[in-house]
Amino acid sequence: MSAVVKLHDIHKSFGSVEVLKGVSFEIAKGEVVAIIGRSGSGKSTALRCINRLETIQSGTLEVCGHRIDNEAVDLRALRQDVGMVFQSYNLFPHLTVEENITLAPRRVKKLANRDARALALESLQRVGLAEKIDAYPEQLSGGQQQRVAIARSLAMQPKVMLFDEVTSALDPQLTGEVLRVMETLARGGMTMVVVTHEMAFARRVANRVIFMHQGKVWETGPGDMLADPKTPELRDFISNGL
Amino acid sequence: MGGSFTVNHLIYLLQGMMWTVVLSALAFALGGVAGFGVMLMRTARTRLLRQISFVYVQLIQGTPLLIVLFVVYFGLGVVGIELPPLLAAGVSLMVYSSAFLGEIWRGCVEAVPRTQWEASECLALTRWQTLVDVILPQAARIATPPTVGFLVQVMKSTSLASVVGFVELTRAAQVVNNSLFTPFLVFGIAGVLYFALCYPLSRWSRSLERKLNVGRRQAA
Repeated sequence: MSAVVKLHDIHKSFGSVEVLKGVSFEIAKGEVVAIIGRSGSGKSTALRCINRLETIQSGTLEVCGHRIDNEAVDLRALRQDVGMVFQSYNLFPHLTVEENITLAPRRVKKLANRDARALALESLQRVGLAEKIDAYPEQLSGGQQQRVAIARSLAMQPKVMLFDEVTSALDPQLTGEVLRVMETLARGGMTMVVVTHEMAFARRVANRVIFMHQGKVWETGPGDMLADPKTPELRDFISNGL
Repeated sequence: MGGSFTVNHLIYLLQGMMWTVVLSALAFALGGVAGFGVMLMRTARTRLLRQISFVYVQLIQGTPLLIVLFVVYFGLGVVGIELPPLLAAGVSLMVYSSAFLGEIWRGCVEAVPRTQWEASECLALTRWQTLVDVILPQAARIATPPTVGFLVQVMKSTSLASVVGFVELTRAAQVVNNSLFTPFLVFGIAGVLYFALCYPLSRWSRSLERKLNVGRRQAA
């Protein structure tokens, strides 16, 4: 299978602090990759580089055929191929669930207004929230808001989805419903890059786990590697790093 | 000269009051459009636009409105552009309002969390689409109370137009007082009329503020 995301020797600094020190990895179509590591390890920054929310200083970065290290990259075309879900949901508070989901398809893909509701409904069914189509975000629980955010991203039919610690802001009893939705997506063949602290999810759902440490890919392997870490840093992280 | 205050005097003052309202509305409408432009420039991605608008805002906010009015009315008059008093006053107040409204609105746009921009960006919305569909509706909620509050300032500032001979409420009061010489009564009445215009707006602004805060509490 061909890689849809290719990072090669990525360097990224915020001011004088280098947070990514030569990061390389590839993600194949349909693959689910979990990126784990301590806060400050660069895992979220690496994810944000993939859809160019952060610009890189050096290295090559190709996503769905878009060369992101190129200044002239068509960002809007890139963002149509790459969906993103955030830790803080970032729903639009003044819009209903339906409007949240259909705003971008209507504006960007020129979806007709009469087709919008059907699209919203279809996306919501995939996250099990069809009955909330007319609600406002503030009327939903955190877990429901996050599922709407996933539906909003899905409605743009992305080829890759990025998840940035999407359960970190949720109560433990609410994380389950979000993780189940993500697992369903993964089983459905979606290419996913998931920055997460949920070790059980990484182990069970991910085809591959990338452990980042001090701005580098420290160890990588299938989910099982969490049971048998090679490096002392990963061992340390698994036993008490959470 | 002399005599007592009659109904005719009162009607004259009320006519002046009407022109105060007209001038306020003109200043606010023009200032609102220009202020929107200032806000766009102040929040633009292009550094030069931000710098130009910053200098403009600093310049206007650091200059008395009366001086702006003199420059527009007398200054332009000298170089052959003679504006009628209403227009001169309208343009001056537009300049004044645009600087203040631009700054008020910039603050409101920036008060919308950056993550809303990010989320929109990730959905492939353009900057303009994001502004119109996501940012401005949220900023407008925050902006309404201070904007209405500023309208009160504009309303009171129109009294300065009296110095270029525009017969609004203050000028009308001066005219009446010149014939009656009962300043306490005449300017007292003018003051009451200004208050009658401004107080409802202040109340409205405050009630909007309360409503907004309640909305926030529910959202949290």
